[in-house]
Amino acid sequence: MKSRYLVYSLPVLVLAGLLALFMRGLFLNPTIVPSPLIGKPAPAFSLPRLRQSTQPITQDEFKGKVALLNVWATWCVACRDEHETLVQFAKQNIIPIYGLDYKDERQTALDWLAKEGDPYTAIAFDANGDVAINWGVYGAPETFLLDKQGIIRHKYIGPLTPAIIKNDLLPRIHRLEQESP
Amino acid sequence: MKWLSALCCGLMLMALSPAVPAIDSEPPFQDPAMQARYEHLIHEFRCLVCQDETIADSNADLAADFRRQVHQQVAAGKTDADIRAYMVNRYGDFILYKPPVQTSTWLLWFGPFLFLTIAVGMVVVVIRRRSSMLRDSADSDGESI
Repeated sequence: MKSRYLVYSLPVLVLAGLLALFMRGLFLNPTIVPSPLIGKPAPAFSLPRLRQSTQPITQDEFKGKVALLNVWATWCVACRDEHETLVQFAKQNIIPIYGLDYKDERQTALDWLAKEGDPYTAIAFDANGDVAINWGVYGAPETFLLDKQGIIRHKYIGPLTPAIIKNDLLPRIHRLEQESP
Repeated sequence: MKWLSALCCGLMLMALSPAVPAIDSEPPFQDPAMQARYEHLIHEFRCLVCQDETIADSNADLAADFRRQVHQQVAAGKTDADIRAYMVNRYGDFILYKPPVQTSTWLLWFGPFLFLTIAVGMVVVVIRRRSSMLRDSADSDGESI
């Protein structure tokens, strides 16, 4: 008798399991694809700077301190939304924010920064987006958090907000600052 | 009737016209084997902006950048495995339109067969039990006569 109960309750249990799985699926965000680059050194690149176009910038510039690399463009609406948050964060002088200006027009970008404020310590100008692909970028804005050795430790996909900075980024920065250089 | 033949003509033209590939800056490869490899590869990668399309089908800017990347790497003499590894190392397994068979995807690939086996097993058990019950009752019927 006991085995019969087992046989009949099995389909119900399997169905309950599947429903639980589907339920979880409803609350996942498929647009956030975890980056395999986390824990790896920043991919190498050499690009002209946005402001001083004759001087190249490479990944070595990020080393020696905790830093952010923010991928942005003037055509990217969400980046425009994020901009004010970055300007405010830069004013606090906690860590340098580097920029990767992605598939943009140089003059448009310079005008935008002149008008809206410039939070960036230095900006790499990636005209055709090849460096961004090498960094696994698929939707600006994206922000990489790098440790003192220049290793990617975290990536934010989508605009940073004051709440994300306060509740997530600052604690992460604090932990990375404690690590030996 | 003129409009009908015009309509038929139009429909036939639409049916006959080849699928128009996205307009890319790269010219097709001169070598047909390389072109075939390129065409095959771009059907393997997912566009991460419009996630239900391959980069071959998508019109998103990102898909065009991915196609250019694949084109450059094919031109540079990279193997299919190199190019696949390049994309997976940067974007993860999700970039592959067809999920690879590995420990984390066993349930995905073999789950349906597992459930089918369980279902068939249950049907067999139930049928055996029923038929033995029938036989038992038939035997007892026989005895009573």
